[in-house]
Amino acid sequence: MTAVDAHKSLAKSLIDSPDTAADSAPPPRPERRPLAPYLLSLPALALFAVLLLVPLVMTGLLSLNSFGFYTGIQDVWQLGNYIDIVTDDYFHEIFLRTFRIAVVVTLLCAVLGAPEAYILRRMRSPWRGLCLLIVLGPLLISVVSRTLGWALLFGSTGIINTALMAVGLIATPIEFMYTETGVIIALTHVLVPFMVLSVWASLQRLDPQVENAALSLGAKPFTVLRRVVLPQVVPGILSGSIIVFALAASAFATPAIIGGRRLKVAATLAYDEFLNTLNWPLGAAIAMLLLLANIVIIVGCNRLVERRYKQVFE
Amino acid sequence: MPYLVLDRLTKRFGPWVAVDNMSLTVEKGELVSLLGPSGCGKTTTLQMIAGFLDPSAGRVTLDGADLLAKKPNERGLGIVFQSYALFPHMTAAENVAFGLEMRGIPRADRDRMVRDALQLVGLGAFGDRYPRRMSGGQQQRVALARAMVIKPSLLLLDEPLSNLDAKMREEMQIELRRIQRSVGTTMILVTHDQAEAMALSDRVVIMNKGRVEQVAAPQDAYDNPASAFVANFLGRTNLLQGTVRRDGAGRRIDVAGTAWPVAAEVPDGPGLLTVRPEKVRFVDGAGVPGLVRARVFQGTQWLFEIRTEAGDLTVIRQHDGQTLPAENEPVMLGWRAEDMRVMAGEA
Repeated sequence: MTAVDAHKSLAKSLIDSPDTAADSAPPPRPERRPLAPYLLSLPALALFAVLLLVPLVMTGLLSLNSFGFYTGIQDVWQLGNYIDIVTDDYFHEIFLRTFRIAVVVTLLCAVLGAPEAYILRRMRSPWRGLCLLIVLGPLLISVVSRTLGWALLFGSTGIINTALMAVGLIATPIEFMYTETGVIIALTHVLVPFMVLSVWASLQRLDPQVENAALSLGAKPFTVLRRVVLPQVVPGILSGSIIVFALAASAFATPAIIGGRRLKVAATLAYDEFLNTLNWPLGAAIAMLLLLANIVIIVGCNRLVERRYKQVFE
Repeated sequence: MPYLVLDRLTKRFGPWVAVDNMSLTVEKGELVSLLGPSGCGKTTTLQMIAGFLDPSAGRVTLDGADLLAKKPNERGLGIVFQSYALFPHMTAAENVAFGLEMRGIPRADRDRMVRDALQLVGLGAFGDRYPRRMSGGQQQRVALARAMVIKPSLLLLDEPLSNLDAKMREEMQIELRRIQRSVGTTMILVTHDQAEAMALSDRVVIMNKGRVEQVAAPQDAYDNPASAFVANFLGRTNLLQGTVRRDGAGRRIDVAGTAWPVAAEVPDGPGLLTVRPEKVRFVDGAGVPGLVRARVFQGTQWLFEIRTEAGDLTVIRQHDGQTLPAENEPVMLGWRAEDMRVMAGEA
């Protein structure tokens, strides 16, 4: 269960504001500041700086350079790349598609994952572990083989279409490959476990007697779910949604294989700019914008839901 | 006609019998406690009445109607849980209003009833608070108000006071008794705390290992325990090994060289004499000889640990100025024949 525990703490740290971290730190001693905590966090800080901060700053700087087909990357500082992206409908479409896919995947994961977690929790001992393993399954398979598996299922002569046509439900194959539908299905499949684990963690904190209390007061089972259980697992759904949204919006391998060249998303677009067009500054600007948009959307939604369900977040 | 009837109620979990053939009748307006150590089946019984557990056998009727045929959300019972089980995302008033809402009571009536219910438990000013911002005692009162406001035909209380500190518990006992008197709801209280059961109940049901040991008014059960288990569980008691025999004067029990008359029908052979610590006195004349091993001052009373030939005895004497033996002093112990009970001992 270490994966679950690690995830719990991840989900918690995502929803908890920084002040809880400050609470758990030892009170500062005025006479002598202990050095050990700083020294102990040094390796982690160094790793963080070298592997995340430095490349991020370099990408940010790169995005300000200019690029010409005959001149290559010019060492000048300007906002031309950003202006290009903001004013060009081509980029608008790709960014919109990226976030449309991410939103739909997040909603699907919430709709599928939250009930799944609830049902899993109510299962009995041997089945519960088994079903949890099946839910976590997609995470255990390499992204390439998982996505190529979907490609086999999705193709116009793939298993799904062949089966549906054999049964006679459809006359012509459904287009899954190189469509948003295909990308959404494949992404939902791999991201649902994050939602299940996150909701699971918040269900663990639920007093089992609370459901009985609502029943005894005359609530029908569905009312109990809607009025009593659901509001209390909102934090879990929210932290799951943040993880799923962030991963879906920045997903690369799945849209690259299922969506292909025809259906670009922000991540594959940046990749193409880097490796095909060789316009590194533009690719860097796309990556920076994707990061920025992701942060704005996630933080904004987080605030909104936290305010709405203030009482459950304490 | 009895109000609530449990008829040979049984619950088995696999090979383990949690509640064994339990029968009980409760009159309307009565407060009956199910009392016993943990694992005696008292909570299981409550859960079966509430409908959260299905009995393996037996029947439950409430006011003549079969209760087991109804789903838990149709039984109309009020339940106060050990953990209170308040809805953390609702205010105290919203918690109390939930049951009324489920019954489709119009907004205006609902608000008035919620206000009255919170007033009844002394929380009139706390309607807007969330449970997290309330003390244990206050949460407990909200749970009580929430269960009472729907005017339940029966109120089930599952260890309602066990999460409170001693002082608060005493306060809530008085409060609960007052509310029960003023509203007249029939209540079943599950507790492992004998003092709580005795303070609150009209009758106590003492349970052990899934079986009913005794059903009696608290004072009756205390004075006339039906078994050694009851005697031991309800307050402190002294158990002395002796021998029952019959002679010309009637049945007697020999304990540590003294003979006591036995009124009960007890077979000859090994017997068990029980006598409450506060009923044992230090006497001048003949009695059970002993030695004071320890004495402890407890404010209103002294507690003595006395070693005798028949075993160790606990003696409680009021702190009222009388001279009491010191430690390591030899004493003679005696009690009135009507203060002791004799049971057949294990051979």
